[in-house]
Amino acid sequence: MELIKLYAIEKTYRMGDFFVPVLKGINLTINQGELIALTGSSGSGKSTLMNILGCLDRPSAGEYWLDGEAISRCSANQRATLRNRKLGFVFQSFNLLARTSALDNVAMPLAYSAEYLSDKETRDRAAEMLGRVGLADRLHHHPSQLSGGQQQRVAIARALINRPPVLFADEPTGNLDSHTSQEVLEMFEQLNHEDGITIIMVTHDPKVALHTRRIIEINDGMIINDSTNMRSNRNDDMTSRHNDQIDTIKTLSFNTAAP
Amino acid sequence: MKIAASLRTAITALKALRRNPMRAMLTTLGIVIGVAAVIAMMEIGAGSESALQKTIASMGANVLLIRPGTASSGGVSFGAGTTTTLTPEDSQALLRECPSIANATPMVRARAQVVYGNRNWVPNAIYGTTPNYLSIQNLEILTEGEPFNQRDVLNGNRVCLLGPTLARELFEEVSPVGKEIRIKNIAFRVIGVLAPKGANMMGFDQDDVILAPWTTIKYRVSGTSLTTTNQSSNSTTDSVNTLSNLYPSSQASLYPKKSSVQQADNPMPVRFANIDQIMAVASNASEITTAIKQATSVLRERHRLRIDEPDDFNIRDMAELTSTLSTTTRLMTNLLLAVAMISLLVGGVGIMNIMLVSVTERTREIGLRMAVGAKGQDILHQFLVEAVVLCLVGGAIGIVLGHGGGLLVRFFLQWPVKTSPSAITAAVLVSAGVGIIFGFYPAWKASRLDPIEALRYE
Ligand SMILES: Nc1ncnc2c1ncn2[C@@H]1O[C@H](COP(=O)(O)OP(=O)(O)O)[C@@H](O)[C@H]1O
Ligand SMILES: [Mg+2]
Repeated sequence: MELIKLYAIEKTYRMGDFFVPVLKGINLTINQGELIALTGSSGSGKSTLMNILGCLDRPSAGEYWLDGEAISRCSANQRATLRNRKLGFVFQSFNLLARTSALDNVAMPLAYSAEYLSDKETRDRAAEMLGRVGLADRLHHHPSQLSGGQQQRVAIARALINRPPVLFADEPTGNLDSHTSQEVLEMFEQLNHEDGITIIMVTHDPKVALHTRRIIEINDGMIINDSTNMRSNRNDDMTSRHNDQIDTIKTLSFNTAAP
Repeated sequence: MKIAASLRTAITALKALRRNPMRAMLTTLGIVIGVAAVIAMMEIGAGSESALQKTIASMGANVLLIRPGTASSGGVSFGAGTTTTLTPEDSQALLRECPSIANATPMVRARAQVVYGNRNWVPNAIYGTTPNYLSIQNLEILTEGEPFNQRDVLNGNRVCLLGPTLARELFEEVSPVGKEIRIKNIAFRVIGVLAPKGANMMGFDQDDVILAPWTTIKYRVSGTSLTTTNQSSNSTTDSVNTLSNLYPSSQASLYPKKSSVQQADNPMPVRFANIDQIMAVASNASEITTAIKQATSVLRERHRLRIDEPDDFNIRDMAELTSTLSTTTRLMTNLLLAVAMISLLVGGVGIMNIMLVSVTERTREIGLRMAVGAKGQDILHQFLVEAVVLCLVGGAIGIVLGHGGGLLVRFFLQWPVKTSPSAITAAVLVSAGVGIIFGFYPAWKASRLDPIEALRYE
């Protein structure tokens, strides 16, 4: 099932009298339940594309449909609501609120979506999410009292609190050592696998990209390669499990979009 | 729902402020000082005003003083009270004919030395009056003894009531009731002691008085009209004990003998006596103006004044004094209030400054909140609530400090202080208003940030 469709997306920044084209016509289709790595050299426009996909930014030209909605025509408030309900974000630098407990950090997005929840329900939900990322015993720790990996897991719990169908991660392992990177990536695989969450991850690290099953490579604002990763760690047992989970992850079609 | 959400926003704001309590405290200091000043000013102001009201009430705010007019001869004025036109009958007529006058009494004044045994004293005032005076002045309840009555007035009995100051000066600890004192060598029996009244607004000790029937004072003590008020200095003619001298010789000189022809021409009986003033009381404060009008027309008629003739008396009411004094206090309070308001304004600028700093500092947080779904208005709301909470916290501290300051003033300076709920309400509203006004621009700025740039902000 098509979740994201991009057609001829362009993004041009204006620097004084110069126009800097960053994205030069991106066509892309992403289905529900995919786990995708967006790779490319630094400055190739990965983050720019991701911001457009994440409804944080608007393309200069082209069309973007998310879950059947034409985002290019949405107002800022509509995009805010979309981000809240349908999208989760994980950042390279975690972006947790300082001097604020893990619990409050995770519960923060609920202030903009679930005002009907009582304080207790909010806390319970945040605590449950922290439990799922393995931090049930760190509810009241402040970011400064957590390791980098733990902080990133708090950020993942925050991204998931509204149960979004799509998760965006911009260099989620960029600030982590290889061991904790591994943990975070395994968590992504698990979320994708067990909950059917579509995950789009930006990385410049080919080793990280290998954890995914579809790798889209960008260079100079164009998709130069869109391939199924046959060496994905979980690929083998994924295909064997595929049949069992066909209901949850409806279609895992590894279609390749035209570059 | 809406209220619960706002409350949550307020709690979030409080948490945000608690992350930097020292700065929050310093930021809101301007508001604290402003509100404290407002509250203290209002409480002290309200206190002095109510004290003033109380004083005025004890003096009798409804009291009218009617005095004889000014005599003048060849352009030379002799000053207030120099004509002798008021009579006790005028007083009775006022009481009878003016519906707005609830009570009236004639008064004569004297000043003389009072002697008891080997002690002597010159009281502030010796008033000759009627028992009505006691009810006008709320003095019906005596500390001891009995008041004099109408018969004492008619007979000119030599009885008197002493003010507490005088009683203390002459008798110290001993009860004066039943004792004899001498006023200008005339023996008076003390029949009672007045309840203490304290000083009036002008600092006049109202307890240093003698009250006696006006007939007695008029004919036995003053012996003349009020034109020679200070009797203690020129008492040569009265130095003889004139126990039975009801009509002293000096009185006769005031009324030149009329010939029989004159008497026939003018059927008006010779006036029995003139008095120094009439003290009347209006039935209530709002009737004072009506009472003055009625008294004027009654007196003009009684004094047979033609339309083009000026009044030969003048009427003064305390209301004039009351309003002047309370206007003055209110003016002072308002002035101080204006100063306090300026301090609040300065406090508001401080709030704006720190909110701008806070918005810049928390740019990434704003970007993050926007990324997870906060709309511009949510951000605006958050920072506005934060500013308002900051101001309200400052306002609350200010109220406590201001009230404490008021209490200290009461405790150490003995100034009258009155808690003013309206000032507290105003302080809360004003500090919330300052928060909204000065918090708006920073909050608006925050709400206009671009999420991507905010997230990338270093
Ligand atoms: N706000 C902006 N204004 C101007 N140029 C920008 C802006 N954001 C990004 N760029 C430019 O766009 C290009 C792509 O940036 P980005 O998408 O962040 O690359 P990356 O692939 O490293 O994430 C870079 O050359 C960058 O300089
Ligand atoms: Mg980037």
